[in-house]
Amino acid sequence: MSTTNPQSDTQPDEGPRRSRWSRRPAEGSPAAAARARRRSKQRRRLANVAALMTGLVLTGALYSTLAPGAQAADEGSESSAEAAGRELYERSCISCHGENLEGVPNRGPSLIGVGEAAVYFQVHTGRMPLVRQEAQAPDKPAIFSDEEIDQLMAYVQANGGGPVLPSGDLRDGDLAAGGELFRLNCAQCHNFVGEGGALSSGKYAPSLEDANDLEIYAAMLSGPENMPIFGDNQLTPEEKRSIINYIQTITDMPDPGGAGIGRIGPVSEGLVIWVVGIAALLFGIFWMGSKA
Amino acid sequence: MARTATAPGAPKTLLGKAALEVDDRLIVAGPLRRTLNKVFPDHWSFLLGEIALYSFIILLLTGTYLTFFFQASMTEVAYDGSYAPLRGIDMSIAYASTLDISFDVRGGLLIRQMHHWAALLFMASIVCHMLRIFFTGAFRRPRETNWLIGVALLILGIFEGFAGYSMPDDLLSGTGLRIMSAIILSIPVIGTWAHWAVFGGDYVGELIVGRLYIAHVLIIPAIILGLIAVHLLILVKQKHTQFPGPGRTEHNVVGNRLFPTFAGKATGLLLVVFGVCAALGGLVQINPLWLWGPYNPAQVSSASQPDWYVMFLDGSTRLFPAWDIYLPGNYNIPALFWPTVVLPGIIFTLLLAYPMLERKLTGDTASHHLLQRPRDVPVRTSLGTMAISFYIVLLLSGANDVIADKFDISLNAMTWIGRIGLLIIPPIVYVLTYRICLGLQQHDREVLEHGIETGVIRRLPHGEFIEVHQPLGPVDEHGHGQLAYGGAPVPKKMNQVGGARRAIRGFFSPIEEPAAVELEQRGEDRGLAPAEPQRELTTSGRPAEGGRPSEGGRPSEGGRPQEPRD
Repeated sequence: MSTTNPQSDTQPDEGPRRSRWSRRPAEGSPAAAARARRRSKQRRRLANVAALMTGLVLTGALYSTLAPGAQAADEGSESSAEAAGRELYERSCISCHGENLEGVPNRGPSLIGVGEAAVYFQVHTGRMPLVRQEAQAPDKPAIFSDEEIDQLMAYVQANGGGPVLPSGDLRDGDLAAGGELFRLNCAQCHNFVGEGGALSSGKYAPSLEDANDLEIYAAMLSGPENMPIFGDNQLTPEEKRSIINYIQTITDMPDPGGAGIGRIGPVSEGLVIWVVGIAALLFGIFWMGSKA
Repeated sequence: MARTATAPGAPKTLLGKAALEVDDRLIVAGPLRRTLNKVFPDHWSFLLGEIALYSFIILLLTGTYLTFFFQASMTEVAYDGSYAPLRGIDMSIAYASTLDISFDVRGGLLIRQMHHWAALLFMASIVCHMLRIFFTGAFRRPRETNWLIGVALLILGIFEGFAGYSMPDDLLSGTGLRIMSAIILSIPVIGTWAHWAVFGGDYVGELIVGRLYIAHVLIIPAIILGLIAVHLLILVKQKHTQFPGPGRTEHNVVGNRLFPTFAGKATGLLLVVFGVCAALGGLVQINPLWLWGPYNPAQVSSASQPDWYVMFLDGSTRLFPAWDIYLPGNYNIPALFWPTVVLPGIIFTLLLAYPMLERKLTGDTASHHLLQRPRDVPVRTSLGTMAISFYIVLLLSGANDVIADKFDISLNAMTWIGRIGLLIIPPIVYVLTYRICLGLQQHDREVLEHGIETGVIRRLPHGEFIEVHQPLGPVDEHGHGQLAYGGAPVPKKMNQVGGARRAIRGFFSPIEEPAAVELEQRGEDRGLAPAEPQRELTTSGRPAEGGRPSEGGRPSEGGRPQEPRD
């Protein structure tokens, strides 16, 4: 109701508002009517601006009175896990994500609303804490223990909420359908078999080979780095479980044709034919022929 | 014993009699003997082309087996085979039958993988063979025709390989086919019409797999087979080239006769090539198309590359700037046209025309049967290495996303490395090669003039140290050798001229007793041994070439072949 458009004369709520703001009744003569219209238009504009300003100020005032109160209430009822998480956060994360998870420009994004899924993915794969600022955070051995990760998750979840981790069997989905969804949604960056691939300017889609079920699920929920978020209305939880089932089945599957040579297709095959095939045959013809 | 009516010298064994009966009817003894007596040079590099021939034979055999099971149809079916992760998915019959070959046909996966490895090997050995021909000048008159045929085989091989790559209708091959469709569409004026002709409509249609199939199993292989036959017939007619060396002239061929020595070697090599393909097919997975999934135009995977012999075109496409040209009237020439149609057009035209270009530019119209050492023709050698470096930059750029990913390099950096490298690396390689050629030439002259460095340091009465050099031949009053360079390798080490005991024979392990060799050598005079060790080699004359005046200084009858030796 506060989004009044000054250009528009045909707002459905115009009537009642005019009656409220412009107390001048409409007069009979056409000239007077026109003048009145112009006048009332101007007034209306002024009135709209004023209403907008009032609304904004009110919202701001309301927020400034309520928000600290909410936080104070939070602090009062903070669980021990959250407190421990805050402790960890203030030791390892605060320099880039800010005192109140609000982020620091050019250093780290805000963590308000990212939820425990994002924390789990980033910390459990070792991406966070970051070693240095670069194109993309590489995965490395996790620095925090599972218990500490739980505490961090609790702290971030308590401050802003966001997607939460699923429970149950994450491979509980249709294998073939998962493959089709994987090729449709994931293969562009992660490759046919989840080998990963290069993106622009040093960024990349990582290999899914070592990812566990929960990490993959959390990545889909939280969209880390360059990855889009696949919310539950893009990919339903069942579809996510199907995709995880497909990825893990493919990853665990032995290669029926012999050595997998990276499963990336023609590049490694071309390397093998030159380095192994042609080299072996050159050896063969050195053996058979004479040298110069 | 009663006298029989046979002529003297008639065969007495059963086999001989049977052979006589056959010859009586077919009169083949003469031509057969001539063929069996053909002399092949025994240098290893002459076997590169044979690798291509043998891998083609493997391709024909394995390909025939695959045709029993492959169905070139684009009709959609729901997969119901052994591979669980695709069960129930809609796919073309072509892809389903390829999955069946891989999982449900006995030996199918092995044969499919052998077929694919042999295809990669076929193309790789063609390239190796062509490089040998190029760098040694074997394409010069009178062999330009065979060069042209060779390049045609290379191009046909690329198309044949591409058709095979595209037939299974998996996600990777479909992506390749989509690119091919875009390339055809990018050709100005005729593009759309050509696309409609090839695909029978808009991409992808329902015809293309069937058409590719016939091209892959019938049309192109038949042309390749025919061209290989012509290639070999011309080779037999013109005879082999050979490297210069003692006893090797423009008028003979030194080497092994086809039968029995070369036949033995060739059979051995065929089996080695077969062994390599079988080992790769059995041990190393190639094109695991069950992992790619069925083709669906809405899907694409990162790192979708063509096989290595097309990868240079993928590279050129990745490097070329996005320069679309817009013309009035809503026409445009897409940037894709230049790197995928114009560039290969230029590359293959230059490749085809190279013998004629060189003939024109050097004015050398004589017939040559002796090969050149690459160092002796520095311009050609440098042009060749320059072209190779250009090609390698394109090839690596075709894989630049994989390289970027595996080596943690920015993909943008890879693109710029490729763009800049493509322009500056080839000239640098040209200059370097040229200098190396001249250096090698000078070292040959140096050894001919001053002899081989013996490593023996002598102190003269007045205190000066000199290194003793072993002259290769007679010397003049200043101690300078008088041998002229003959285009053959110059010995650079003392044991190449008998300074040490001759090498014990044997490739993997010695096949003779070192002590026996020692004794044998002691018994001999320790003079300079002949550069060519005791190898069983045969000399064969060349057919006269109509007494061409260009056969520099040759006595007109000198090189005439003796009839029985041919």
